[in-house]
Amino acid sequence: MAIRVQLTERQAAAREEYESFTRQAVAPHADAWDRAERLPEEFLEEFAARGLLGAAVPAGYGGAELDPITFGLLNEELGRGCSSVRSLVTVHGMASYAVARWGGDRQREHWLPRFATGGAIGAFALTEPGAGSDVKALRTTARRTDDGFRLTGQKRWITFGQRADVYLLFARLDGREAAFLVPRDAPGLTVRPVTGMLGTKASMLAELSLVDCLVAPEALLGRPGFGLAAVAASALELGRYSVAWGCVGLAQACLDASLDHADRRETFGVRLRDHQLVQRMIADMATGTAAARLLCQQAGWLRQDRSTESLHATWLAKYHASRTAFRSASDAVQVHGAQGCGDGHPVQRYLRDAKVMEIIEGSTELQQTTIAESAYHSRTRTTPTERVTA
Amino acid sequence: MTTADHKPQILAFLAQFFGEHRLTDDEDIFATGFVNSLFIMQLVLFVEGEFDITVDDDDLEMANFNTVRAIDALVTRKRAAVGAAAQHS
Ligand SMILES: Cc1cc2nc3c(=O)[nH]c(=O)nc-3n(C[C@H](O)[C@H](O)[C@H](O)COP(=O)(O)OP(=O)(O)OC[C@H]3O[C@@H](n4cnc5c(N)ncnc54)[C@H](O)[C@@H]3O)c2cc1C
Repeated sequence: MAIRVQLTERQAAAREEYESFTRQAVAPHADAWDRAERLPEEFLEEFAARGLLGAAVPAGYGGAELDPITFGLLNEELGRGCSSVRSLVTVHGMASYAVARWGGDRQREHWLPRFATGGAIGAFALTEPGAGSDVKALRTTARRTDDGFRLTGQKRWITFGQRADVYLLFARLDGREAAFLVPRDAPGLTVRPVTGMLGTKASMLAELSLVDCLVAPEALLGRPGFGLAAVAASALELGRYSVAWGCVGLAQACLDASLDHADRRETFGVRLRDHQLVQRMIADMATGTAAARLLCQQAGWLRQDRSTESLHATWLAKYHASRTAFRSASDAVQVHGAQGCGDGHPVQRYLRDAKVMEIIEGSTELQQTTIAESAYHSRTRTTPTERVTA
Repeated sequence: MTTADHKPQILAFLAQFFGEHRLTDDEDIFATGFVNSLFIMQLVLFVEGEFDITVDDDDLEMANFNTVRAIDALVTRKRAAVGAAAQHS
């Protein structure tokens, strides 16, 4: 078990609570939820009753307002049990955060108490058939009318889109990028379930179709022109941070399963754990997971300080953690042999879920180009004499 | 507090994005091509942290962020508002 640095007593207690909840109420059901491609309503009710949907909602509106490290620990422990449950915390947290950060008083008073209790579930609707990594290719349009706005366009791959009560949705208003809070029952909005995904199968994805969809004037969140640069970017920062921690949990689950299996299974007269090539896989999982956790903690402390460095730190954490989760999951299946490929074995699910982590919240390739660019920025900050010259 | 007080810090922060390029007070930051998609977020975090103010929804106007002079004016205005609120409480 990796050593956790700098956790306060309260954070350590919260981690224990999340771990025990996940062990009892999440992990035992995760494979069934994966097969059913949904989370049951009873589970959502229990989750909400524990206040876990209010993680990113300010206390003034009835939320838990978790500090960044505690929020990270929640994501880690849930990610250890079920990446779909973790992804609920991610997208609902992104919607909560955006309303808390950029909403006007009326928007906050309307949505935040509902988000805190699970009276409303929020989702994040940015991706379109023609706009994934390239978010600026956003085509959905909004036009002002006497009674509010009319939105037209398509949104794809919306996590918990099947279950959400409101979508934080991005569109162009007079050509400028803008964010809207679109209630599920808005006239002109059709929600179609997306099934058969590779991973995070219980995260109830949906495709949204908006045809002259009518929303009230107060649906506009933040200023037109800042829909992507501020509203989406800050929500995605939180999402990336949440996914990074979730990947630490996923990698930890791969390590836990591999340790158990390698201890029990014997080949050639010895336990798997005694074969050096198996030890190599376990060593890589243990080291990668510990390093990813430290990067997440660093990002968390920087977020807490509201440091400008927190953005870069979060990219590093998400990049490393998602790569580690995928490598660990691949090695965990390898350690388990055919059993790991079998229907209903958790490591099979881990591998499918881990692949998704390299695509969402900034794909591996976008992380690589952004991190490389930032590395040049940090280099220009050092004085020429500090640079190593050949 | 005079307007000129914040410019050195603002310029020092912006320097990391602009390298050797010397930014003038009225140059459009977004038109220079030096900043990426994370820039607005970093700028908001910087302005809030450095000058102890909160950038609200209402402040999200390009005209408040697109030049050094505009950022400086925003900070001056927000700090004056914070000061006035403190005096009244
Ligand atoms: C399970 C799941 C859940 C999701 N949930 C949501 C959600 O809740 N809300 C939402 O809005 N979206 C969601 N998405 C969509 C997700 O955000 C996008 O899939 C992601 O942004 C990547 O876009 P894309 O799939 O269109 O891939 P593309 O942008 O078409 O990219 C395809 C490949 O090309 C690479 N690539 C693209 N550009 C470059 C470049 N410049 N340099 C190098 N390589 C590049 C990418 O890294 C990727 O490997 C979800 C996706 C999945 C799989």
